[in-house]
Amino acid sequence: MVEKLILGIETSCDETSAAVVADGRKIRSNIISSQIDTHRRFGGVVPEIASRKHVENIAAVIQRALEEANVTWHDLDAIAVTHGPGLVGALLVGVSAAKAMAYSLKIPLLGIHHLMGHIYAVFLEHDAVQLPLLCLVVSGGHTSLILLEGYGQMRLLGQTRDDAAGEAFDKVARALGLPYPGGPEIEKLAKEGDSAAVEFPRAWLEEGSLDFSFSGLKSAVLNYLHRARQKGEEINKHDVAASFQQAVIDVLVGKTFAAVDKLGARQLAVAGGVAANGTLKTALVREAERRGVRVLTPSPVYCTDNGAMIACAGYYALQEGRVASLDLNAVPNLPLHFLD
Amino acid sequence: MILALETATTVASVAVVEEGKLRGEFFLNTTKTHSQLLMPLVDQLLRFIGRDITEMQGFAVAIGPGSFTGLRIGLATVKGMAQALGKPVLGVPTLDGLAHNVSGVSGLICPVLDARKNEVYTAVYESVGNKLKRLTDYMALSPRQLREKLGSFDRPVTLLGDAVERYQEYFADLNVRVAFQANRWPRAAQIACLAEKRLQKGDVDDLYMLAPLYIRRSEAEIRWEEKYGSLQQK
Ligand SMILES: [Zn+2]
Repeated sequence: MVEKLILGIETSCDETSAAVVADGRKIRSNIISSQIDTHRRFGGVVPEIASRKHVENIAAVIQRALEEANVTWHDLDAIAVTHGPGLVGALLVGVSAAKAMAYSLKIPLLGIHHLMGHIYAVFLEHDAVQLPLLCLVVSGGHTSLILLEGYGQMRLLGQTRDDAAGEAFDKVARALGLPYPGGPEIEKLAKEGDSAAVEFPRAWLEEGSLDFSFSGLKSAVLNYLHRARQKGEEINKHDVAASFQQAVIDVLVGKTFAAVDKLGARQLAVAGGVAANGTLKTALVREAERRGVRVLTPSPVYCTDNGAMIACAGYYALQEGRVASLDLNAVPNLPLHFLD
Repeated sequence: MILALETATTVASVAVVEEGKLRGEFFLNTTKTHSQLLMPLVDQLLRFIGRDITEMQGFAVAIGPGSFTGLRIGLATVKGMAQALGKPVLGVPTLDGLAHNVSGVSGLICPVLDARKNEVYTAVYESVGNKLKRLTDYMALSPRQLREKLGSFDRPVTLLGDAVERYQEYFADLNVRVAFQANRWPRAAQIACLAEKRLQKGDVDDLYMLAPLYIRRSEAEIRWEEKYGSLQQK
């Protein structure tokens, strides 16, 4: 059978990325141009600057993706692009370029939901992924437990009612005076801290609920820091970071394995930016091993925003015939559609 | 043959010019986003004139000044086509294209585009032979500052652009004319014709370097520098 080569383009936030993936699994190239250094002095991603950088970088990033994959434009079978959710000005750069390319080459255009990309990142590196697949999706924008039954066919089992886990990490990091992006900085600090030093709350919600809530925890950490500063007490940042991180991990692991047990799942996928957190991964694997459950996580590079995951999701979208039309738009709060 | 896009204002316009002849043009001034309109317009135009995108020898775009988002949609689209087909890109300033709507009039030509924040994007031109000569930089000015600038030339001026109606009163005591409604708006046809002249001379832009003519920096950078000083000085 002839290979299907898909160019995946991702510009939803502060990474300009393009990748060439064959048959949804064979990663031929994955170029990521990160803007972290540009945004750091502002303490977070500035949408207008992100959009400017994307339009400056996109042609070169795509060119490198093709060169590294050693393919020409005419070898491509389809172009997949993130069209939401994300920063609208940033998304528009990728969407506009992808539409123009697909039209010029007369090949299908695939509009991909960013979160579907994160979920499909699991398929890039793992054989024998079975459906239905239980997925924990944790990122700056999402904290959800999803049952994937087929491409675009998902059941929502639970989700955060307020802050996403990654958002809580970023806000706590900022309160601790850590540089942007905060998540990895907290994990680094926590390595030398005592996770039992400060008792922060864990929101379990109603009996049996698979929903999450992190705003109470975030407020508790901010209050703790505020009180300590008012009293002039020295704050052990390592202990605060470790105790906060542990509270997040306890709830993520607790809820996820409640879902595993409820469904009798044998495989668990973990996707999204926070899936790159090594401490979380270790905690999940420890629980999984006790039950004989296989944990599927992408390597760190495929947990961050990248074109390969978009190309992979695009491969399955193409198989389902979900081709986008020329009026495809960027949708900043694009919803995920769930069954039922 | 060149395909040109103009998306710097509320106008979405696409045009094809072939060996000095304008083959077709679409002009829409609606509230629908450029992102949704642009490629369907390109597709329809090429169908109507019986041409294929692969026949284009170059792709031109209005690079601004104008709406930041609109400029990026146009630029990313043109770069996408040029890159996929291995053809050159050509960026033409929006104000140059607009001024050509009334080229040939005597006196000065001054296109004014709404730049929000009570400012306009503008430049001053005059017709010299059958060419336009630009007499100033591309600028973002308050209508008051522009009034002073135009007053200092002490010559008749033809005004056009999407901000004319809004700021007309500022120029009332100057010797100004306002272009006819149908000539006031940016058009891809002008971008196509100006780009074709450049392509014939082999004067094309670099795919990787071509960027919008923003004139203004982002708000975040302006605020940051007010607080901490210029990055260049450090
Ligand atoms: Zn993401």
